[in-house]
Amino acid sequence: MFRKTVRGGVHPCGHKSLSNDSPIRYFPLSDTLYVSMQQHIGAPASPVVRPGDHVLKGQLIASSQGNISAPVHAPTSGRILALAEHTAPHPSGLPVLVATLEPDGLDEWGALNPPSDPMALSPEEVCIRIGAAGIVGMGGATFPSAVKLNLSLNSQIQTLIINGGECEPYLSCDDRLMRERATLIIQGILLMQHAVQAREVLVGIEDNKPDAISAMQQAAQGSGVQVIPVPSQYPMGSEKQLIQQLTGIEIPAMSRAAASGIIVHNVATAYAAAEALYQGKPLVSRIVTLSGGAVTHPGNWQVPLGTLASHFLNRASGFNEKPARLIMGGPMMGIQLPDLNVPVIKGTSGILALTENEINHTNPGPCVRCGNCVRSCPMGLLPLEMAANIRSGELKKANELGLHDCVACGACSYICPSSIPLTHLFNYAKGELAQQQKARQKMENTKVLAQRRERRLERQAKEKEALMAARRAAAAAKKAAQQQKEEA
Amino acid sequence: MPVSSFPPNHGPHIHNSTGNTSILQNSSAHLPALMLQVMLALSPATLFSFWAYGWPSFILWLICLTSALLWESLLLKLFGKSVSKHLKDGSALVTAWILALCLPPWAPWWLAIVGTFLAIVIIKQIFGGLGQNVFNPAMAARVMLLIAFPVEMTQWINPAPVLDNMPSALTFQFPDISSSISYIFSSQALPDGATGATFLSDIKMQIEAGTPAHIATAVSSSANQPAYSVLDTGLGLHSGSLGEGSALLLSLGGLFLLWRGIITWQAPVGLLLGIAIPALLLNQASPELYPGADFHLLNGATMLAAWFIVTDPVTCPVTARGRLIFGLGCGLLAYLIRTFGNYPEGIAFAVMLMNSATPVIDRYIQPRIYGRSRRGQALAVNNPAADK
Repeated sequence: MFRKTVRGGVHPCGHKSLSNDSPIRYFPLSDTLYVSMQQHIGAPASPVVRPGDHVLKGQLIASSQGNISAPVHAPTSGRILALAEHTAPHPSGLPVLVATLEPDGLDEWGALNPPSDPMALSPEEVCIRIGAAGIVGMGGATFPSAVKLNLSLNSQIQTLIINGGECEPYLSCDDRLMRERATLIIQGILLMQHAVQAREVLVGIEDNKPDAISAMQQAAQGSGVQVIPVPSQYPMGSEKQLIQQLTGIEIPAMSRAAASGIIVHNVATAYAAAEALYQGKPLVSRIVTLSGGAVTHPGNWQVPLGTLASHFLNRASGFNEKPARLIMGGPMMGIQLPDLNVPVIKGTSGILALTENEINHTNPGPCVRCGNCVRSCPMGLLPLEMAANIRSGELKKANELGLHDCVACGACSYICPSSIPLTHLFNYAKGELAQQQKARQKMENTKVLAQRRERRLERQAKEKEALMAARRAAAAAKKAAQQQKEEA
Repeated sequence: MPVSSFPPNHGPHIHNSTGNTSILQNSSAHLPALMLQVMLALSPATLFSFWAYGWPSFILWLICLTSALLWESLLLKLFGKSVSKHLKDGSALVTAWILALCLPPWAPWWLAIVGTFLAIVIIKQIFGGLGQNVFNPAMAARVMLLIAFPVEMTQWINPAPVLDNMPSALTFQFPDISSSISYIFSSQALPDGATGATFLSDIKMQIEAGTPAHIATAVSSSANQPAYSVLDTGLGLHSGSLGEGSALLLSLGGLFLLWRGIITWQAPVGLLLGIAIPALLLNQASPELYPGADFHLLNGATMLAAWFIVTDPVTCPVTARGRLIFGLGCGLLAYLIRTFGNYPEGIAFAVMLMNSATPVIDRYIQPRIYGRSRRGQALAVNNPAADK
């Protein structure tokens, strides 16, 4: 009854060839690293080192706090200069707590204690170790991986899906990783399969990466891991769409994939898990694609976390023209950087410097109801209707049209011939609705508290009255008794 | 309103561009580029008509385009909108072009100016401008003109190649450019020998007079009326409005738009089926009363409507299924009006009727949301691993 193939989608020009031919190179250490305490979704990590401390590479410098958080490790050996605030890689440009690390140049690892046979560990133990290595979703969402694995241990998992889609234009870090380090990725995948006790493993890779597909297929031989090419169509790398493409299953609205017995992890996450368990190395660097029309030498680099984007860009390439926009992540869902004075973090899949021409921005025009947004929406929504309602302040109606099913992939904004910032409107409306919900909750709470107070005051007044009455009665009785006595 | 901070500082940071995209790309980049391609698609059929109908038709087309731009600028100024910005979208030009194609090729100048006034001012701008109009501006303007000026709207000059084969060719010749200007602006009556009825009205009248349809469509009815043939009609060698000419060239333009991803196939296919199916059925049932599907597909504004009018995004539904229903409705209504109504051509009426049904279609025909049933309920969670 329901179609099995992914609906909608757009085919942006990939621009992959800018960077996908260049092998991963190691980016040298900077003079100073700015290691952020907030490199993941959830509570920021809490520092366990003090300024002046000497740390070794891979040493814990901040432990996770709260249910959803991830620890942070030293990207190299050196001295902690300060724990201070620094601009966060976020469009707001707000500050976040960072540990400033001065490398000693030795790049000396601390004690690496990999288990002798990671596959012999219990699933829970694997999860704990993945969590302790500070691994988060490397596709850009940066959700702490251990939390995700743990959550899915509770609901039984049929299928582990490994996302090698890399559907964002320009990015080729996962492509290169799969081409060059497929064996370790497969080891990581098997570890994750063990961790969630999944019955089957599917690796989805977009068919615009034939080299990565063959490398992975070769590495997967005999492991039971199935490597499956998927059509190159944005947003194929979106969790729900990849699941639908590979299994034909639709994740019901308002429910997690794990509830349907499916869990999705990124290839780079699997790679990080293998490094953590087979080599004992926590997550201290990642592959970053440097690309965009304004960049002279696009390529892929393994960059120590905490390297400043400005330093990375200048040392690795430089500009051939003034970039019109700087982006961390992919051009469809990545974030715009206010400037390059921000560190590389665990979710930094790419740093892009795009030209005016590449952005192709024009001022928004009127909607001509062409329906391109409807055709391109992978979720089957009516972006034009939702946007019209949001513009006239009818957020509730937009919500009824499925605003909360929107995955913010940006396909509609990308394709709109009138350049209407649809995704922007949806993000605004989602935020506004969450605010309203919060305000309503607050008001509700206030009301409950006020009612309780009223009842309490009423009760107190009654008690007081009763007490007074009792006293009066007692006094009257006393008086009467006295009178009687006197009479007597 | 939240849309004050342009450009937005989060994704997508790139926009679809025409330059380096694959053919599979399902749309063009920005609105002006889109409109330009529509005009490009209209060009072959229009150039053919200029050749077939001579200078007066070109001048009429020019008047339409110029006056539309003037009306648009005036209204934009009145409404306090940026004239330069909105004129550039090209929508007024496309509307005017399509309206020109709906007029008799030698119509007087004032008909064009009144027509663009109706289309641009009344139908489009007063309803709120681009994207807000309920009715297709060209169709609504044509309907109003047809009702208000029935004589001027039904003066069909014979195309030059047809005229050359007629006895009147000796006495009547197409004017050159300067006399064409004076002709269009002086509103002279067309010489009798130069005009002919469209096939739609000619055959309709003959059938009503008792001639069996299969004979009416095979034999010429008078000296100034060529006989209907599939080839000649498909090529455009028959009388009619400027854009009713070449079914072949109009379809070429339409296929170009389809290939470029500017239009979708649902509405055109719907319209063609909506006309062809009842025509085929009734023709099978009684061939002497009802001409065949080829006659209805090649004549009148069928092809113009299929490729350039029911595909107007503003006034048709937004979903694929909605567009198919819309097209089918337009086709069926057009066939019914042609066959059983008073007018020989009913497409403009059919389109207007379906335009008014568009909000209803959009209300009821919506795509199913991922993870939800058609009614919007979340699908049931089903874990294959938990079952075992």
